[in-house]
Amino acid sequence: MLPDDTGHFGPFGGRFVPEALISALDELDAHYRKAMTDPEFMGEFEGMLRDYAGTPSMLYEAKRLSAHAGARILLKREDLNHTGAHKVRNVLGQALLTKRMGKPRVIAETGAGQHGVASATACAYLDLECVVYMGKVDTERQALNVARMHMLGATVVPVTTGSQTLKDAINEALRDWVTNVDNTHYLLGTAAGPHPFPAMVRDFVRGIGVETRAQMLERFGELPDAVAACVGGGSNAIGMFHAFIDDESVRLLGYEAGGDGVETGRHAASITGGAYGVLHGARTYLLQDEDGQTVESHSISAGLDYPAVGPEHAYLHQTGRGTYEPVTDAEAMEAFALLCKTEGIIPAIESAHALAGALRSIPALRAQLGREPVVVVNLSGRGDKDMHTAIDYFGLFS
Amino acid sequence: MSGVSDAFGKGRPALVGYLPAGYPTVAMAQQAILAMIEAGVDLVELGLPYSDPVIDGPVIQRATEQALAGGVRIRDVFATVSATAGHGVPIMVMTYWNPVERYGVNAFARDLAAAGGAGLITPDLIPDEADEWLAASDEHKLDRTFLVSPSSTDDRIAMTAASTRGFLYATAVMGVTGAREHTSSAAPVLVARARAKTDLPIGVGLGVRNGAQAAEVGSYADGVIVGSALVSALGEHGVDGVKRLTEELRSGLLL
Repeated sequence: MLPDDTGHFGPFGGRFVPEALISALDELDAHYRKAMTDPEFMGEFEGMLRDYAGTPSMLYEAKRLSAHAGARILLKREDLNHTGAHKVRNVLGQALLTKRMGKPRVIAETGAGQHGVASATACAYLDLECVVYMGKVDTERQALNVARMHMLGATVVPVTTGSQTLKDAINEALRDWVTNVDNTHYLLGTAAGPHPFPAMVRDFVRGIGVETRAQMLERFGELPDAVAACVGGGSNAIGMFHAFIDDESVRLLGYEAGGDGVETGRHAASITGGAYGVLHGARTYLLQDEDGQTVESHSISAGLDYPAVGPEHAYLHQTGRGTYEPVTDAEAMEAFALLCKTEGIIPAIESAHALAGALRSIPALRAQLGREPVVVVNLSGRGDKDMHTAIDYFGLFS
Repeated sequence: MSGVSDAFGKGRPALVGYLPAGYPTVAMAQQAILAMIEAGVDLVELGLPYSDPVIDGPVIQRATEQALAGGVRIRDVFATVSATAGHGVPIMVMTYWNPVERYGVNAFARDLAAAGGAGLITPDLIPDEADEWLAASDEHKLDRTFLVSPSSTDDRIAMTAASTRGFLYATAVMGVTGAREHTSSAAPVLVARARAKTDLPIGVGLGVRNGAQAAEVGSYADGVIVGSALVSALGEHGVDGVKRLTEELRSGLLL
């Protein structure tokens, strides 16, 4: 199973970090590998997921949406987990591992604040010190999430360097980690970064696909024709895809944030609109200029607004096992509104990208299959956090 | 081959001075490097400004951000190498890996060599990931400096030194670049551990800002690497400030 022993997915992944971090990454890798085969760790992790996070999440058949789309559409309801997204799986896994390693302090990066809130939640639950790095621009845009983190006992450090957004928060967290690596775990929020993070985060979130697969077989006696997910860094998508990689009949559909359209240059579609390179410790696809300087990403969805992508997605794209396409802000917001009105579910705008892409794929799927396709969409998070954006976008109060 | 080992063969600890290309302007950076050479630096570490400098502290971050905002390009880095090489002091380029990968590893090595550069210092490239660079640096006869840190195992120090050519860079404290009040007690230990594994000269970096600290580091290392303090001197007092600080640092290494 990929990655190889040194964290490579074909040419992607690896470790492009200062030597000072290698011993910490080796230590983390050893603990992670041991934990994954340790019945006591896995029992504790699964118990937390069940009793605290509320998983397995439902697989919900969206009948009105299905009728609208001419396909059988099922929604994996990760939005109903504690803290409102799939991210709780990753933070509980890493926080538990931090306890195992005997480290008392956790640092995390956050863009809009969702991973920061999730990290603060897991640290409160497991009694760990939590420091969250957040671009200063983002702390101002997301004051409510900053307040949540404070209430949960975390310290929020505004980052004033670079573009003062997510990628700079990651840089600052890496700087903290280099300095305090003896007593600190870096709780990275997505399946990216240096080895073992892409594999470890995937393994903590892969329950999404494992559950989906079992739920499909139990309820319908068959696998879906496609599973769809949005891709920023790519944790919810790899969580959904991984259990289906060997099921050749199941298409893996990843939808990147197309922003204003890839052709405008204002987007966050690292695979479709980026190029091969190295960022934040891994070789992958990223948005960069011709000198290899990182280019700022743009998306209406803060959770997808990241200029690179996890290396396993880069690999699935390169091998053709996964299909990655951009979804524009406008397409995502149309799907957002559609799900609200047809199903009474307000999705995260991130997840609305997956829904929009899945809806777009249906005519071609139907033509290929000669019947109504069965598509699972990973509803990775709920949309309460996005109501400010919806108010502005739809002009609700104007 | 390139003079990097000669820079360390002068019977006293070598002084290695870092400044980024394009800060505050391409022309001023060139003048500052020439002033540093005139004032007695033995090796120049020329920084290639990068958008995501994860191992740099605030001083170098701000300087390289300003250089990028001013429009500095990789071709300006090569031009700076051309303008400062040939004065008897080797010029190594310090760069994060993505700009090299994007440019093309072999093309970068070719153009650096053509500009008169001596090699690369690569803070986020470990030898484990460096096959392409090892081949390109061999082909174009460039030196290559990898880094070791206090957290490196003895096996990794040996492996890293075996891949290095020119000098080995010891990051003597755990943390980002930046001038510090006190030099590190971990540094002599790391240098001794590295010496047990290699005959390469060992440069110690991170934190030196005056002649007395340079003398202290020089008492156990083959080279004293100074970065943030020189960048601050350039920002605050211009080319003259760089010259004065270089002279002070050198005086610390003559004692």
